[in-house]
Amino acid sequence: MKAKHQRLILIVLVLIALIGAGLLASYALRNQASYFYLPEQMAENPPEPGQAVRLGGMVEPGSLEKQADGITVTFAVTGRENSRIPVRFAGILPDLFVEGSGVVAEGRLDASGTFIADNLLAKHDENYVPRELEGMSEHQAAEMAEETTVGLE
Amino acid sequence: MHGFANPKRFLSLARWLTPLLLVSGLIVTAVALYWGITSVPPDRLMGETVRILFIHVPTAWLGMGGWSAIAICSLVFLVWRHPLAAIAARAAAVPGLVFTIICLATGSIWGRPTWGTWWVWDGRLTSMLVLAFLYLAYIALAQAAEREGVSPRIPAIFGLLGAVNIPIINRSVVWWNSLHQPPSITMGKSAIDVVFLQPLLLAVLGFSLIFGGVVLARMRALLADIQAEARLRRRALEAD
Repeated sequence: MKAKHQRLILIVLVLIALIGAGLLASYALRNQASYFYLPEQMAENPPEPGQAVRLGGMVEPGSLEKQADGITVTFAVTGRENSRIPVRFAGILPDLFVEGSGVVAEGRLDASGTFIADNLLAKHDENYVPRELEGMSEHQAAEMAEETTVGLE
Repeated sequence: MHGFANPKRFLSLARWLTPLLLVSGLIVTAVALYWGITSVPPDRLMGETVRILFIHVPTAWLGMGGWSAIAICSLVFLVWRHPLAAIAARAAAVPGLVFTIICLATGSIWGRPTWGTWWVWDGRLTSMLVLAFLYLAYIALAQAAEREGVSPRIPAIFGLLGAVNIPIINRSVVWWNSLHQPPSITMGKSAIDVVFLQPLLLAVLGFSLIFGGVVLARMRALLADIQAEARLRRRALEAD
């Protein structure tokens, strides 16, 4: 066997071991490395009340309510399954914060199961769509019409 | 492949290819950015800030592409011992780092108005920052190896090991919940509307041409350094 073939085999073996190690490490980190909990994860495994955590999901359409003091809002965050966590937040909402879109709330659960948010981050999805409806497929246009009429009654 | 491993043949090719890539890259990039900034409609949610897309995405891809090039060249150098491969790997490091930093900076500027924060420690942002540190370490290591006369195999091994981070960056938004959105462009499918996609792909082409031109220019400079040093050494020996 030529020296360069030996080197090639050695490097390929090292790379396979390395990629395996990387995959195992990522797999072990799959929960710890997540930036936030989904509502179903939080419902299944609730953190200690008062422990600082992040909750991420969709703002449930129709759930956003402004409280009497003018700065406090309440809404519900929903996940992939039928789980919802009520959230209370006092402060300035980010521009992209709308019902039906993604949100990450930083804060903690209180004893009654309401999430008290100290900070809200808007989460953008992977879709990039211009404001104009022209050139859209029917499905997209319908989706967009739905989005732009959210909150109009 | 073996033909281009000959430095002389490489230099005669690089002499005309370098300015060609740089000039065409600058023109294509300027057209793509002008198109993206002036005649693309605002996004339905993000509005005008969507235009950062045309710098953020090409620089992100090339930041990762730069390390992929380092890893492939390092493999070729370690197995086949082509000296030109080691030079190519070194030449890709600085433009790769610059593009990674531009990607991080534009992402941060974009994050403030859209997400409401400059920076978060989620999987995608953290792994991209790690890539920038890997580039810094690689550049320092390659320079030290050359100056101290250490084997160039050491930076090559580091270049290969660092490649583990590339699939992690790519998959970070799929494996873990992250604030960064999941991939918009996957195999043969795009969630980016065609009016944004066309200037984006043109910008990717333009930035890639610039990247290639810079790598060739740096390879020529590194080769010229080696030649000058060899000539000085020969003259010093003759003078004795």
